[in-house]
Amino acid sequence: MQLGPYAGFIIAAYAAALVVVAALIGWIIADHRAQRRTLRDLEKRGIMRRSQQETA
Amino acid sequence: MAVSDLANPSRFLTLVERVLPWLVVATAGAFLLGLYQALLVAPDDYQQGATVKIMFIHVPNAWLAMFCWVVMTVAALGTLVWRHPLADVAAKAAAPLGTAFTFLCLLTGSLWGRPMWGAYWVWDGRLTSVLVLFLMYLGVLALWHTVEDPSRAARAAAILTLVGAINLPIIKFSVDWWQTLHQPASVLRLGGPTIDPSILIPLLIMAAAFTLLFVTLHLAAMRNEILRRRVRTLRLMQAQAGA
Repeated sequence: MQLGPYAGFIIAAYAAALVVVAALIGWIIADHRAQRRTLRDLEKRGIMRRSQQETA
Repeated sequence: MAVSDLANPSRFLTLVERVLPWLVVATAGAFLLGLYQALLVAPDDYQQGATVKIMFIHVPNAWLAMFCWVVMTVAALGTLVWRHPLADVAAKAAAPLGTAFTFLCLLTGSLWGRPMWGAYWVWDGRLTSVLVLFLMYLGVLALWHTVEDPSRAARAAAILTLVGAINLPIIKFSVDWWQTLHQPASVLRLGGPTIDPSILIPLLIMAAAFTLLFVTLHLAAMRNEILRRRVRTLRLMQAQAGA
């Protein structure tokens, strides 16, 4: 693959896309884990939604 | 499962958990194929040389920048008109994704513009209207983060989103209405695409890959937002119980 005299611009564009997409994925995964963890902690302390209390 | 069942957040979460793994695989596969086509198969452009490879990420991000706002506009109508329980969840989840895609559109366009036009930035109709879109995304994000009550934030963000939708046709037709360095539409136009199939096909595969990425991330972000609201409800219950 020959990128020619403007290789730096092409590589920078792909690298930026990679970094931004990776950051989005990482943020969404971390956010999901944080919300699940908080929900588990609250439920452990007996704080549950009404629908959960009915089934418990 | 009927479509109306999706209005129930618990059923929606069940569906998302079922669908997400398949979407992740489809997105990864589409990107592998798209990047192979874009970087190793597609020829250089006869005028632009290898810099045409920037188009394979710039154009999909430009399309998604606008598509995300369309999704938010439909969700805004869902919030204000139909009061659908998932509408503001969908709008809030789409906003950071749209911001990221618009940022990438501007950045990759700038990196493409410097070698082709001799400038990273020009204040022409297309570039300026996309910058306005980016600022509108930041405004929506700011609203979501400054108004604590989710339903009040949703209404304010929905109104801003509907106002911002006026910018979408301006972006689309800016290259026809004003003198601009940016090229006119070359894919979605009357008379068909003007791009050779050897470059058009990799572009469409990359566009499909980025669209799948958006759908995957949007569903995952909606799931997170539903969980965040459950946490908020439980904390309010905890506070009321302690009062």
